[in-house]
Amino acid sequence: MRSKRRQWTAALLWTVATSGSGCAGVQSALDPAGPQAARINDLWWLMLWTCAGVFAIVISALVAALRRGRAQPAEDAETERKMTKVVAAGVAVTTVILFAFMISDFVTGRALWSLASPDAIIIKVTGHQWWWDFEYQDPIPSHRVRTANEIHIPVGRPVKLEMTSSDVIHSFWVPNLHGKTDLLTGHQTVTWLQADRPGKYRGQCAEYCGHQHAHMAFVVIAEPVGQFNAWFDNERHPAITAANAGQQRGQQIFMSRTCMMCHQIRGTDAGGRSAPELTHLASRESIAAGTLANTRDNLKGWIVDSQRFKPGNKMPSHDLGDEDLNALLDYLESLK
Amino acid sequence: MNSVRNIIGVALITLALASCERERRRFNEVPPGATANDAVRQSVLQPGAPQPNQHLKSVYEDNAWAVSEGKRLYESFNCVGCHAHGGGGIGPALMDEKWVYGDQPENVFSTIIEGRPNGMPSFRAKITNQQAWEVVAYVRSMSGQLAKDVSPSRDDDMNIKTPEQSKEKEQPVTKAAEHPK
Amino acid sequence: MKDRELLQLEETWAEPRGFIGWFKCVHHTSIGRRFVITAFIFFLLGGIEAVLMRIQLARPENTFLGPDLYNQIFTMHGTTMMFLFAVPMMEALGVYLVPLMVGARNIAFPRLNAFGYYIYLLGGIFLYVMFFTGTGPDNGWFSYVPLAGPEYGPGKRADVWAQLITFTELSALVVAVSLIVTVFKLRAPGMSLNRIPLFVWAIVVTAFMIVFAMPTVALGSTCLILDRLVGTHFFNPAEGGDVLLWQHLFWFFGHPEVYIIFIPATGIISAILPTFCRRKIFGYTPLVLSLVATGFIAFGLWVHHMFTTGLPRIAQSFFTAASMMIAIPTGAQIFCWIATIWGTRPRLRPPMLFVLGFFFNFLIGGLTGVMLASVSLDQQVHDTFFVVAHLHYVLIGGSVFPLFAGFYYWFPKMAGRMPGDRLGHWNFWLMLIGFNLTFFPMHQLGLKGMPRRVYAYLPGMGWGGLNLLATLGGVIMTAGVALFLINVFLSLRTGEVAGENPWDAATLEWATSSPPPPFNFDSLPIVAGRDALWDMREGHSGSAAPAVVTGVRGDLREVLVTTVLDAEPDHKTLMPDPSIWPFLSAVATSGLFIGSIFTPWAVPVGAVPVTIALIAWFWPTRKEHLERIEAEQDHGRTPAPPAEPVTQGQA
Repeated sequence: MRSKRRQWTAALLWTVATSGSGCAGVQSALDPAGPQAARINDLWWLMLWTCAGVFAIVISALVAALRRGRAQPAEDAETERKMTKVVAAGVAVTTVILFAFMISDFVTGRALWSLASPDAIIIKVTGHQWWWDFEYQDPIPSHRVRTANEIHIPVGRPVKLEMTSSDVIHSFWVPNLHGKTDLLTGHQTVTWLQADRPGKYRGQCAEYCGHQHAHMAFVVIAEPVGQFNAWFDNERHPAITAANAGQQRGQQIFMSRTCMMCHQIRGTDAGGRSAPELTHLASRESIAAGTLANTRDNLKGWIVDSQRFKPGNKMPSHDLGDEDLNALLDYLESLK
Repeated sequence: MNSVRNIIGVALITLALASCERERRRFNEVPPGATANDAVRQSVLQPGAPQPNQHLKSVYEDNAWAVSEGKRLYESFNCVGCHAHGGGGIGPALMDEKWVYGDQPENVFSTIIEGRPNGMPSFRAKITNQQAWEVVAYVRSMSGQLAKDVSPSRDDDMNIKTPEQSKEKEQPVTKAAEHPK
Repeated sequence: MKDRELLQLEETWAEPRGFIGWFKCVHHTSIGRRFVITAFIFFLLGGIEAVLMRIQLARPENTFLGPDLYNQIFTMHGTTMMFLFAVPMMEALGVYLVPLMVGARNIAFPRLNAFGYYIYLLGGIFLYVMFFTGTGPDNGWFSYVPLAGPEYGPGKRADVWAQLITFTELSALVVAVSLIVTVFKLRAPGMSLNRIPLFVWAIVVTAFMIVFAMPTVALGSTCLILDRLVGTHFFNPAEGGDVLLWQHLFWFFGHPEVYIIFIPATGIISAILPTFCRRKIFGYTPLVLSLVATGFIAFGLWVHHMFTTGLPRIAQSFFTAASMMIAIPTGAQIFCWIATIWGTRPRLRPPMLFVLGFFFNFLIGGLTGVMLASVSLDQQVHDTFFVVAHLHYVLIGGSVFPLFAGFYYWFPKMAGRMPGDRLGHWNFWLMLIGFNLTFFPMHQLGLKGMPRRVYAYLPGMGWGGLNLLATLGGVIMTAGVALFLINVFLSLRTGEVAGENPWDAATLEWATSSPPPPFNFDSLPIVAGRDALWDMREGHSGSAAPAVVTGVRGDLREVLVTTVLDAEPDHKTLMPDPSIWPFLSAVATSGLFIGSIFTPWAVPVGAVPVTIALIAWFWPTRKEHLERIEAEQDHGRTPAPPAEPVTQGQA
């Protein structure tokens, strides 16, 4: 018996130890950067420690039950009565703990929804297979800013996300900031976010949506108000006009080949809405919905053979000559 | 019992190799006949003895995923703008039996890539060959030319037309445009 | 029982032999054995799919499986495990054991029961044939629309899934009906409802849950097929449908489904503990009430699978409360079991080891389940590997470990040989360690942001180490299962021959030979307490020899039907003979189901062979007709069966 208990304890400790590889992380629910994730994180630790305690008590009772006792147990009425009291007490304690959990959840739930404010930034989110379409709302239509796969938010200010999907169900999830909310077709779902410290918080689609569900990520960049305003002003402007011959040639390639059929670059004739908007592509952290870092090499690889990185995604592969390709890359890199 | 097991084993292997064309997902390829337009005659007249046109069976016509991609592209490339959802408008209807420039896959491919007089734009270099062949397969499904299990069913949209898979197969008739603009 | 009477019973109840005869069998032990073996084969197939997934996820951006194949494999894994292994295996154990445990000669509606098995078998074969031809479903075992709908699910993959549901749902319903009627009407005299074994209670509750839950998913899958095949708009928001309708319909079934899988496992625990602790179970009545309460409450939890869909918050709160509340009866069960063990010195043979493994693993799973019941926390960990960890802890910990305990426990009864002890120990420890190593790290992975159903993940995320650990655990667990298979094969060949009651257990299935004859019992027992065999041994029935039923004919397939509450003898009836028609009806029905994937015409056209087969099934043969007349005349002649038990001495 004793060796068995030791073996079990060892097994338990080892599994816990090997999984304790840190809470901080680029997409971690245990590294809260906003009030909602912080409240959920608090609830998590409360529940974890309580449940760990319950686990320890029940397993101890089980181990004790295994170690005590005779081969022919006493089944007299006195022992049965005592046992009944203990079992009833166990059920009562369970009920109390569950009640406490329930109340904690209700209290946390109320807090999560308390960000509503008329001061909020409103972003319309549309999910596509397999990229994110974001549009900052404004009563004046010409002040609306459309971008893709990356949003910036000012630190300390609530953000309201009005979400829907254009094809299948997706789910918007930035673990460092808040829990997830689904994007449904035929419905609009709403969630609120707020970041309390600057940083880059990665998010990922969390509802299976087809071939490339695994590579449908985005990033939320929280920055101080001044930086955010600068970014937003830049975003509002249409694309910079091509400066040199190479960029101009690149722009011409963009407009005369397949690119303009799907992508939009504000300020040019390219008005396609079925693919990510590219007006300020060069200022983004990543491409292909968080799959690749935004470098020239990656962009080149993506254009030439996107199916290699994200098989099944909607962007086709292209056969461009080297000169044309370099010109196109020059142009795309100029879209700051 | 041994022979039964053998038969089952052989059957399973055959099935695995057969691997239904309908369900294959062809993500990245140069489809056969990418340059079929070289072989497509624009005129029925020929000097000397007539040689039949080289018919090209588009492999996508047995592939449900490709046809559904074609349907998606039909909308996102705005074919809808002239052809509506098959009923036509500025452009001719695509779900009936009348074909102006030919109903075979290579004809439709040529129509899309080259464009046609009287208003059909040329999409050469604007869409990839694979996308073009996907649209070709979808366009042919609109008049019921494709098998029922490959054609798309209803879309998640307002109910404005019979789904392609319920469409009765039309008997294509090619008539050159009678009154050119 | 005189030898002449035994010979007569053997002749009357003999199972048909030969190749064709195999398809005619209707005795519950024949069908039950096949059911268990088939379900176990699907368990192995599902396990292979799991290993493939773990290999793909072992390191970041692995290229072992592409996205399309991975998506098909995780769908097949879930579908196989949930629909082709878990529920059928529990029903299979019920089919084999319940008639024995209640002291009946056969299950009620034996032909219907056989039909249920064949429909399940044909459905499973259909799914795998389609999978091997590239038409395997790829939208997850829950097949959400619009992804599985007509626009975003091209081809026939989603239709294959939807029809598999129809196959397995029909099978489950049909078997559930047989089990319910067996338990309510075919019990041995004296086995009142408060004396039936807890395993039988668990099966009854499960069967009722199946009857209420399965039709919902069948309805949903039918709506899906109609949308895809015929152009209805159930799930089309543009025409008044709703994508959330699918989720409600599916999860209204889906949540009771997991309890359908768990509750029989609690029955197995309650069967094994008294035997190995050598005392009667503690808290029979609270355990029964917990089972019934769990069965009811399970129907009020389903929205906890939809906490992120933007439903009204007050509605969600109700489901939080209910989801936490269900932990109370479950907790009561655990405490009663621990109380059963307390003060005893249990024999730590493999069945008991797996029971202890259940306690350890299921407790973890149940506790994370309570965490997931909270909307706030669920919004972070829903659809992440945290949920994968939870569900495997409750399903493997809460059902597969008890199943393995049950395999080791009832192997002597089913196979006539004792299972190997040493290999059993190794099997247990490898499975326990491998399982925990695989799934415990997944809690961490989920909290660190790894979503579910991803075929690959980026290198910089910091998930590689834990994933590799999980894959290694998977390898160890596979080795454990492999040891089980080796143990089974070796024990079948060279295991110690098992007597009637090798574990010295209390329930009635141990009152006959191992394996049981096709008529189950030499003499039908009469029961006077909850622990039938222990009571008989200790002379509680008042005489040295056990009390048996007399007056039931041995030359016809006659059984005694008793009343629902108190199991007083009510009347005698004839059981159907073996027949090929359940199998042929299943084939005809399969044709209808499979055809309706491709064309709606399959339904009216396919109904014709089904009708013919059903008519042939019920058409009385001359022999049956004569037997019925003779039995009725006999009932008219002899007096009603005695109300008091008749012992052998007085016969």
